[in-house]
Parts: sequence; C-alpha cells; structure tokens
Amino acid sequence: MRWLGGAILAGAALTGAARADETARDIGDAARGEGLFQVCASCHQVGEGAEHGTGPHLNGIFDRKVAQFEDFDYSPGILRARRDGMVWDLEHLDAYLTNPKTLVSGTNMEFAGLPDAQDRGDILAYLRRFSASPQNIPEAAPTALKQDVELAPEVLAMVGDPEYGEYLSTECTTCHQTDGEYDGIPVITGWLAEDFVLAMHAYKQKIRPHPVMQMMAGRLSDEEIAALAAYFEALE
Amino acid sequence: MTLNRRTFLGTGVAAAAALQAPVVLGAGKPRVVVVGGGAGGATAARYIAKGAAGAIDVTLVEPTRSYYTCFFSNLYIGGFRELSSIAHSYGKLASEYGINVVHDWAVGIDRDARTVSLAGGGVLPYDRLILSPGIDFVDGAVEGWDVSAQNKMPHAYKAGSQSELLKAQIEAMPEGGTFAMVAPPNPYRCPPGPYERVSMVAHVLKQKNPTAKIIVADPKPKFSKMALFQEGWNTHYSGMVDWIGPDFGGGDVSVDPEAMTVTIDGEETKVDVCNVIPAMKAGRICEIAGINEGNWAPVIGHTMQSRMDENIHVLGDATNQGDMPKSGFSANSQAKVAAMAVRAALTDSKMFPAKFSNTCWSLIATDDGVKVGATYEATDEKIAKVDGFISATGESAELRQATYEESIGWYAGITSDMFG
Repeated sequence: MRWLGGAILAGAALTGAARADETARDIGDAARGEGLFQVCASCHQVGEGAEHGTGPHLNGIFDRKVAQFEDFDYSPGILRARRDGMVWDLEHLDAYLTNPKTLVSGTNMEFAGLPDAQDRGDILAYLRRFSASPQNIPEAAPTALKQDVELAPEVLAMVGDPEYGEYLSTECTTCHQTDGEYDGIPVITGWLAEDFVLAMHAYKQKIRPHPVMQMMAGRLSDEEIAALAAYFEALE
Repeated sequence: MTLNRRTFLGTGVAAAAALQAPVVLGAGKPRVVVVGGGAGGATAARYIAKGAAGAIDVTLVEPTRSYYTCFFSNLYIGGFRELSSIAHSYGKLASEYGINVVHDWAVGIDRDARTVSLAGGGVLPYDRLILSPGIDFVDGAVEGWDVSAQNKMPHAYKAGSQSELLKAQIEAMPEGGTFAMVAPPNPYRCPPGPYERVSMVAHVLKQKNPTAKIIVADPKPKFSKMALFQEGWNTHYSGMVDWIGPDFGGGDVSVDPEAMTVTIDGEETKVDVCNVIPAMKAGRICEIAGINEGNWAPVIGHTMQSRMDENIHVLGDATNQGDMPKSGFSANSQAKVAAMAVRAALTDSKMFPAKFSNTCWSLIATDDGVKVGATYEATDEKIAKVDGFISATGESAELRQATYEESIGWYAGITSDMFG
C-alpha cells in the first residue's frame, strides 16, 4: 500500500496555499514541541549560543530565505531552492518537516519526515520562540497552520497508465536527461514513485518553487501525475 | 484515413509485421519519410522509430552530415561555446534507432503518388510524410540584400559557416567601428534570437573593442523579453546599443553590401559589419508541396497534420499553428505530438491529447540568463496558450546565474532528445 502512504503524506504536505483563507489558529503547543525537538537536536541546535552542527542552527529561521549562512556547507538541493527564492515561512517549514525530500530533492537532511500535523505544529511552535520577532509574524495566513485537507484517497492511490506516462514524459525529456546527467537541471531518473508524486503535487500547488516546474506540473491532472510516476518507476 | 491506398506498396511482409509489436494496421510495413533533421525532424524520426520498435520504416532526409543547432549559436558568437559543441551527427539515429538517414535534398513531393524525390535522383515512397524544413528568407524583404550577398552581410540565422563568418567579421572590426543589425518582422524563428545576438556582440566588443557601436534597425515596436534585454544592455553595455524602432524609421531600411552602407529612414551610415536578418517563410519544400497558406504551412494542432493534406505533418518554424513561438523547443515539442499521431495512425498504439510546451533561455552577459516559457494545448482552431511565465527585471545575480546554468542543462537535454 505504498500509494496510500503517499496519499496520506500528500494530504499533510499539501495543506498550504489553498487553505490560506482558513481561520488562523495557534500553530501548536510549544511545550510539547520542545520535547519532540529532541529528535531534531542531534543535528540542529536552537536557542542562545546555538551553533551549526550536522545541520545549521535554527535561530531566526522563520521567514528567512533558505540557506543564508555563509559558514555552512549546504547541499546542492538546498542551494537550488535558495536560487529559486524559497523562504522558510510556515508553509515551507511544515512541508519540509512532512518529508524533506518532497520539498527539496537532494537535501542532506536524513529525516523520514513527520506525518502527524500536530507533531509538526508543536515543533514549529517551539522553534518560533527563537525567531527574532515572532510577535511580528502575522497569525493569519501564511503562518497559520492550515487544517488537514480532505483528499480523496482513491485519487492519489490510482495506478497510472505507463503508456500515457511515456507520452507525457516526452515533455520532461526536452530538459531533463534520462541518462542521469546533472547539467544545471536535476535528473529525472531514479525517483521512487511516491516521492515523485509528492514532488509533482508540491510544484502543482506552488509549494515547491521554480516557475517552469510550477507551470509544467500545474496543468497535469492527478491521473497524469500517476501515469508519469508509473512510467518513471518502470524505467530502468 | 485511406489505409487501403497503401496496398500498392505490396511488400508482402504483412505476416511478418503481424508478429511484431506494436501491430501494424493495414498491409505491409508502413513507411514514414521525415524531411529536415533539426529539432522537429530529428525528434520526430527518433520518437517514431523508438516507439514503433521496427514496425515502421523511418527515413530521415537531411542534406548536412554535421548539424549545427541554431540555438546556442549566439553563444558561440559571444565566445561562450565552441562551434564544435553545437555540432551533431546522425550516427546514433541510424545505428541505435534503425533510422535510414539519407544525406540529400528533398526537391519534389508528389502528394497523389505519395513520394518524395531527392536531388540525387532517388524517390522515396511514404505513407506519412513529416516536413520539418525550418525557414527560408522572403525574397526582396530587405532592399539591396539577397542571399547572394550573405557573405558580405551574413544572416547567421542558419547556424554553421554563417555563424563563423559573422563572428570573424565582428572580431575584425576596426577600433570604434559600427556593427549594424537589420532585425526581422514577425513572425520569425527564435523571437529573442536577434536580441540575444546583440547582447553577445556587445559582450565581445566590450572586451575587444569597447568604443565600437551597435545599431539595430527594427520594424517592430516591441520584441521578446524587451524589458529584460534593455535592462541588461543598460547594465552591461551602457551607451553601446542604439535600438531604432519603427517610430524612428527602424522599419525603413535598405542596405548596400558592396559599399557596406545601411540606410535607415533616409540616413546612410557606413558600417563595418552588417547582420541582415530578413523576413522569413516556411522552408521551400512546403511551397513545393503546395501546403502553404501565405508564407507558412497551416496545421491541425491535435496531430500537426497539414490542413491541406492529411498524409503530411508539418513541424516547427515552417508551421502556422497558433500561439507557439518558432523555436527549437517548440519544434521538439510538436514533434512528439506528431510522432504519437503517426504511430497511432499506422500501428495500434494509443492516441493521447496533444500537449505542448516551450521555454526560451537567452544569455545577456556572463552568467546573466533570462527565460520565457509557456504551455499550450490543441483546440480545433489552433494551438492555444494555457499558462506562461517570464523572468523579471531586477532579479538577483544568483538567480540569473542559475537560469544560465539551467539553459546549459536544457541544451544537453534537448540535443540528446533529438539525436539520441
């Protein structure tokens, strides 16, 4: 039930822009988040005197552009997100915590992700204490945590038609090379189907930055994304 | 579709073909002839051969053995690429995809007999013909210029020796000399192309000949990525580029290739290099085939079939299709739709709704890349734009560098998509 797993994660990850008009509420329980943060603390420090470790320190992360520390060695994936103008607003932090690779392919953050929206909200509520002026972050969109969107599981559980996927993939290969070469454009081979589906939906929802990909994914239907995933999954 | 008309081929291999997948419709192994080995033709040939896996005979007719892509030829002029890096051969299309590559000129098309005749005397029968001939120039479009003057005043709008010539002329300009461009009217191949070229010429002159001047005579009041180019010219090449639009007589131009003069709005100027990019039309073979309406070949967006002949598909710059710009990216995108339609017509493979896209990257200066793009779909009337984007003025240097790097990746991607 690999696909259903993907569907649930997508539901959690894609509660973003579409829900911006929802009533604002607290992002979570910071006290509980402090406890949950211990999972993160093996790589990330936060608070007074925090320094970079395996990951960069997280002071002041809210509403900061990604990858801003000159003294930290970022992954190419994160640097690409920076060039694309991504900002660590609540929506992106939430998407990243849901599944880092869905938001930023090629990130060094070895973390499977937190499927539970409440867990993420609580951690983010805790982290917000260490952003310079958390009181200046408006409680309305985009920082309000959005409620879980109700996705039709059958839509995301659908098995795509690989033949249709092959036809659709011809649009991808104008830019993306299938031999695994990275030449300023990321590779398109070697994706797990669920990661691929999540990433494409993230572009479609404009959570992942990059105008070309937002445009290309924006007109793909759920069936078409499933078809592409089925094709690329079968591709050697 | 009159598949029974193909019975005259009578190759007698119907039984053998039936054992193969995909299954061929009708009798005999269907034959597809593709004329033109550029972004449209090479892609179409490759995708038909790849998808049909031997069920369709594919012949590609292309006069040159070494194909120079027009895209990135400006980067060669600017010194960012070697000429050899934009040259491609057809070896893999022949050896890996089984395409019969014929280096010859297609000089005649008999639509009733469904044959293509070659300058070398050969005759190629087809069930479906794909024409992707690119552009030719409209005779008399620029007063004083015709193709016989292209060695004095190069167009460099078909890449290769013309690009080499123009680059050499720019580098030989006297100190403080003048480079003139006569820009084309719409519609033409590669809308940002002339302006990327101006940027690349300015880039060369800024280093080697900083007091030189660039004059652009343009019949169009606005052009592709205009704000981005003008911003870039001001930033990188301040005072060097003089763009003369139609309000100042940019559309009233004549040239004298012997005297090396350009006359704009009645005022004659002596120039050192003159890059004449005349008005364009579909490659001549479309005219010969009798499928043009005006200067271009109208097509049905769903399949890229000619509106004049259902057995002919036309791709790329030569077409009148609707909203897509004439670009290598567009031709490549259209080729995939045509390949799908041809395979569906000749074998039992599936037909899907046509989808098209285009992105054009342009380089303004070192690490200063910009892009414009859109997606399209087929309607009964035309290929219609769905959504689009364009780089913004004032973007960060980091984003512009990433855009340029992306274009390098795209070049590698599309050329391997074309040539295997």
